[in-house]
Amino acid sequence: MFDNLATRLQNVFTKLRGRGRLSEQDVGEALREVRLALLEADVNFKVVKDFIAEVKERAVGEEVLKSLTPGQQVIKIVHEELAALMGSGQSKLAFASKPPTIIMLVGLQGSGKTTATAKLAHYLKNQGKRPFLVAADIYRPAAIEQLKILGEEIGVPVFSKVGKSVLALAKQGIREAVPKNCDVVVVDTAGRLHIDEKMMNELEEVKREVRPHQVLLVVDAMTGQDAVNVALVFKERVDFDGVILTKLDGDARGGAALSIKAVTGRPIKLASVGEKLDDLQPFHPDRMSSRILGMGDALTLIEKAKTAIEADKAQALEEKIRKDSFDLEDFLEQLRQFRRVGPASQIMEMLPRIPGLPNVGKLQVDEGQLGRLEVIIQSMTPEERRDPTIINGGRRSRIARGSGTTSHEVNQLLKQFEQARKLMKQLGKLSRPKPGRRPFPFIV
Amino acid sequence: MRKGWFGKLKGSLKKSRERLSSHLSPLLAHFPVLDEGFWEGLEEALIEADVGIQVTQELLDKLREEARAQKIRESAQLLPRLKEKLVDILTTEKQPLFSEGKLGIFLMLGVNGTGKTTTIAKIAHRAKIEGKNVLLAAADTYRAAAIEQLEIWGKRVGAATIKHRRGSDPAAVVYDAIHAAQARDVDVLLIDTAGRLHTYIHLMEELQKIKRVVMREAPEAEIKTLLVIDATTGQNGLSQARLFGKALEVDGVVLTKLDGTAKGGIIAAIEDELKIPVILIGVGEKLDDLQEFDARAFVEALLS
Ligand SMILES: Nc1nc2c(ncn2[C@@H]2O[C@H](COP(=O)(O)OP(=O)(O)OP(=O)(O)O)[C@@H](O)[C@H]2O)c(=O)[nH]1
Ligand SMILES: [Mg+2]
Repeated sequence: MFDNLATRLQNVFTKLRGRGRLSEQDVGEALREVRLALLEADVNFKVVKDFIAEVKERAVGEEVLKSLTPGQQVIKIVHEELAALMGSGQSKLAFASKPPTIIMLVGLQGSGKTTATAKLAHYLKNQGKRPFLVAADIYRPAAIEQLKILGEEIGVPVFSKVGKSVLALAKQGIREAVPKNCDVVVVDTAGRLHIDEKMMNELEEVKREVRPHQVLLVVDAMTGQDAVNVALVFKERVDFDGVILTKLDGDARGGAALSIKAVTGRPIKLASVGEKLDDLQPFHPDRMSSRILGMGDALTLIEKAKTAIEADKAQALEEKIRKDSFDLEDFLEQLRQFRRVGPASQIMEMLPRIPGLPNVGKLQVDEGQLGRLEVIIQSMTPEERRDPTIINGGRRSRIARGSGTTSHEVNQLLKQFEQARKLMKQLGKLSRPKPGRRPFPFIV
Repeated sequence: MRKGWFGKLKGSLKKSRERLSSHLSPLLAHFPVLDEGFWEGLEEALIEADVGIQVTQELLDKLREEARAQKIRESAQLLPRLKEKLVDILTTEKQPLFSEGKLGIFLMLGVNGTGKTTTIAKIAHRAKIEGKNVLLAAADTYRAAAIEQLEIWGKRVGAATIKHRRGSDPAAVVYDAIHAAQARDVDVLLIDTAGRLHTYIHLMEELQKIKRVVMREAPEAEIKTLLVIDATTGQNGLSQARLFGKALEVDGVVLTKLDGTAKGGIIAAIEDELKIPVILIGVGEKLDDLQEFDARAFVEALLS
């Protein structure tokens, strides 16, 4: 019914094919559709409201990229902002410096904790860990039995004892794990309502006494508007570190993921995408935002358009890299492109992982900074831009004065440039990309 | 007298409202005169209850039309009208839960973790209280310890469970259960099935096969196919109802976990589009936490 946002936006924009800047009206009409799409995806209405306001502020007046329609341009901004809100990169599980690492799973009834516990153990085992499970759901009939069977299937020990409290089980379980040489203890707890005082007190107590290194909230991807209430209370009571999103293999758009991240700031760490025990995966926030918007196709389109525009520039740049003549002019051009494509953090995410290049992260610049860097470079003479090595103390203070910055900042920019140049050089050696395929030499 | 589900519901809703909510009484105080602020607040209240954007817009469009035509100025006049409209959508003909004088078979379906097994226990408990002879069929042969879970409930309510080993054909379990029910003069047979996502075609086919067995082996029985939906579910609930309903004819919905802060508004969309009535609601984890669905009470709680 509502799942094709791209088509609907196209209808809104059939008349508006012009270029120039996004008008208030373009943005308003497009965002009305976006709002519906987000609500339809179960993103909490308050989160949607804030989000739309923010996007509107950013989008009005923005330049429409060549070969994008205003509608696509708005989607592009929406997607970037969504991705920023969802968080970037994968959020890994943290392990204790001194094992065993204790992980506790909590959540509402039926969210999938017990299965997730077993899947997590399987996942950890595949990573070379030696997990140990504690079956502490003492309430649901046969829940302990369920975990025991699953533990057997994946070859992971499961501890439980009848007649014990959750706290006693957790404590004793951890003690049992150590001599067995296990390094991660995963505690499964009973499902509970966030408004059930007694049950929430129980969790609080376990958290206080056992001090798990990670508390993970297990959330059903099909959860509706109430997800924020649940997440807020669980955060208040047990301050969970991250979320496992379950049942993502269905057709739920999963807006709850966005709501929870937005209101608690806690990342989604893992996603469960099937009934089999190896169906637990690291979570990809970027894919999730496309899913929530229900518009993978439109994004591919935008990507393509983007690539086409910058292709000629990219080709010239690649040429330079091969000749090792990458200079500050090029750096400036790149900064401008960065700005057009989206938040710098996202660009960094698109970088391929290359062994021996641990410094990539240092290139990270925020949006405000980008503007300043531009001004600094503009305050340089053409010679200085071509050959930054001639910039001495005197030239440095002149540039700083001219750009309203400090010598220190000019220095920093030169360092960043140097890093980028080295990166380019190495990448140039690593791959001979087909010309005209990528806007940036280092983006795959 | 036992506290009705509505009382229970209101209790929990009150707590959640103190914590976080928008909602209608403050809305009326804030916007006593009909204006955009009021309409927006009304829309948000419905969205927040998971009614969904489609039904919400339909409802509000009708209300706006009425307000215009009848020159309604006060917000307070509108609220009862909204409630009536929702009650209309949700009201269906009541049918007795248990049929008299013949075998009643309940086939429970739903996505994973919605409360199928627990609801079976609750229905069995109620049937026992009414003096019925009850039998359970452990046709969830997929999930670990699902059979044990059903059996434990069976023992608690005093009903026998027909079971095979884990991993066996669920239709075969159902076949045996029906013949056992016929031989033992059972009044109510409750069939538990494995939770499954409605998007898996082969799993929907498995259900179709089970239902074929039921209809073939027990033509004399009154069969109720009930879809169990978790009240916490958002818009995906509609997709669940559509696809389970497409695979086999669903006679009714059981809406569980209404004791939380979620309001289960998605059932309005389900009834509006698919006309599948809500029959029962679950308001807790205990055996007596099962109530007949009452449209008016539900709407009052939804828009409190
Ligand atoms: N608070 C609350 N919890 C419920 C309700 N109904 C079921 N539950 C709980 O939800 C959890 C899942 O219930 P089950 O009956 O096992 O659900 P199911 O649909 O059979 O699950 P699968 O067979 O695994 O798909 C259990 O912890 C139940 O106690 C309800 O009305 N309120
Ligand atoms: Mg079950």
